[in-house]
Amino acid sequence: MSRMLKSREALLALAILVLIGLIATRFPEFVAPSNLANVFNDTAPLIILALAQMVVILTKCIDLSIAATLALCGMVAAMLDVAGVPMVVILPVAMALGACLGAVNGLLVWKLNIPPIVVTLGTMTIYRGIIFLISGGKWINDQQMSPLFKSLPRADILGLPVLSWCAIAVVAIFAVLVGRTALGRSFFAVGGNAHAAVYTGINVGRTQFAAFVLSGTLAGLVGYLWVARYAVAYVDIASGFELDVVAACVIGGISIAGGVGSVGGALLGALFLGVIKNALPVIGISPFWQMAISGTAIILAIAVNATEGRSRGRVILKSAEHVA
Amino acid sequence: MSGASVAKGRHLPNSLTSPAARMVKSWESLLLVVVVVIFIVNSFASPYFLDPWNLSDATYNFTEKLMIAFAMAPLIIAGEIDLSVASIMALASTAMGYAVTQGAGTPELVGVGVTVGLLCGVFNAVLVTGIGLPSIVVTIGTMSLFRGISYIVLGDKAYTGYPAGFAYFGQGYVWYVFSFELILVALLAVAFGVLLHRTNFGRAVYAIGNNATAALFSGIRVGRVKFILFLLTGVMSGVASVCLTSRLGSTRPSIALGTELEVVTMVVLGGVNILGGSGTIPGVVLAALVMGLVTFGFGLLNVPGIVMSIFIGLLLIGVIALPRLWAQFRARRG
Repeated sequence: MSRMLKSREALLALAILVLIGLIATRFPEFVAPSNLANVFNDTAPLIILALAQMVVILTKCIDLSIAATLALCGMVAAMLDVAGVPMVVILPVAMALGACLGAVNGLLVWKLNIPPIVVTLGTMTIYRGIIFLISGGKWINDQQMSPLFKSLPRADILGLPVLSWCAIAVVAIFAVLVGRTALGRSFFAVGGNAHAAVYTGINVGRTQFAAFVLSGTLAGLVGYLWVARYAVAYVDIASGFELDVVAACVIGGISIAGGVGSVGGALLGALFLGVIKNALPVIGISPFWQMAISGTAIILAIAVNATEGRSRGRVILKSAEHVA
Repeated sequence: MSGASVAKGRHLPNSLTSPAARMVKSWESLLLVVVVVIFIVNSFASPYFLDPWNLSDATYNFTEKLMIAFAMAPLIIAGEIDLSVASIMALASTAMGYAVTQGAGTPELVGVGVTVGLLCGVFNAVLVTGIGLPSIVVTIGTMSLFRGISYIVLGDKAYTGYPAGFAYFGQGYVWYVFSFELILVALLAVAFGVLLHRTNFGRAVYAIGNNATAALFSGIRVGRVKFILFLLTGVMSGVASVCLTSRLGSTRPSIALGTELEVVTMVVLGGVNILGGSGTIPGVVLAALVMGLVTFGFGLLNVPGIVMSIFIGLLLIGVIALPRLWAQFRARRG
């Protein structure tokens, strides 16, 4: 199985390289190191959120409220900054708020057994609505934000901005968390076979709760980074971004049925979308194409995932168990 | 989807209670009480509420969504879901707008709208039943794809200039205050009610939702039933798109954004089990009335739209959470 997953990631990495190569033949400036660094930096929020979404999907849940959580935390961070709160407080508060919003999702799934898609479809609109309530529908723009608040994600460390380093750090942490810790293994166990997980002493609901809290926390982090980078906060920031995040996961080979996926897959899935998004204006295609391309990529990716999963006979087992 | 729910058995209806008692205790009668209460509260809260023309206008809050909910309800009862309905509406509307620029008349426009809806439904159906992909992700994908095509075609522009006769579907009245949409939705309610509650097809839908494997072994063509349900959802989205486009008189790629949430909320509020297996068309109709009346009441009180969407979100979660909380509370006491 691991060989199959590895080959899938290799395939995706190859696809990204071919894509970059094809663009480079006509637009060599696209592959200049500085531009590739820009592409990575631009994709950093997607990478972080794809990893967050990955653990949720591993436990057989889905978090559609991730973009709304991002936006709400971003707005709160911006409002705190305008109120003169120092940066050392803003960032932890944004992440803690994200964790709380994730915990709300997690508790509804854990304690009340409500299907995650319904919970997060509901909280998605509720969190967006709360942004409107606290901001009164107003924008917080460039001039109102403090210089430190805006410059932190762009600050240069060893040639890369802090935003990029955040993504790299999250990838590193997740590689350890998912691959080397008991919690990481329990994400797979819960999604792979909930019954077996219970018999091995894993609390299914609590593991799903942990995944949602993790997802919310990272959404809170990205919320600050997003608002600070674009130097604007309003109700609709990152609207629809949850679809890109799910798309990155699905393209990265994370099975929506739970229990199958890898950090490398999510990373490559996000990079794949990031390269496409950044290449469109370079090769002269209207950015309006991006939504349809993401949609097509999602559908193709799940079709590929399904044919891979079928050979292992997972689908049959699942349907027999899941009738109840 | 939640793993822990696997362990618990489905609540089986107790056939020992009399049909009358069951009806009184049913979700539908609770909704009916809510509808009546909201109606009375609204008529006291605003002097404009009881005006027949105002009430007629209020029906536009739910007619188009209810059309889709009629098809979404059997789909969810059968254990699937379609999150792409709002995007189907956008694509159908864009196709109609394009048809106008090619000189299409009113009958052709209706044909184009419904056909595009049908094709989108078939596309979802093939992916779910033909290839066997999970409907949640497939329709998240097509949600992005269908609206994405609208964005490719339209970008930041809009189609206007629909022929005058086309306005009838969204703005016309059949008789007195009864709009075309209201009459259409009433006819569709009867049609879908009969389909779901009085035909073999309807029984098959419940059987699939309760136990797809058992349904398959009892000779129900599970794939075909689900195919038809996705197709119907597409067609109804097309019909709703015709009405909405006719009512607005213009098409933008962002048309009907977020409608899928309201449709799913309507269906779940109507007592349809989100995990499949139970629910009724009358319940969905009553849920539409609740949502329509509340939205209308908020509108009269000048509550902004986004606050209403918070309310819809709370309603969606609350409606599922409260009965479960109540059941847990009772289990702990007894």
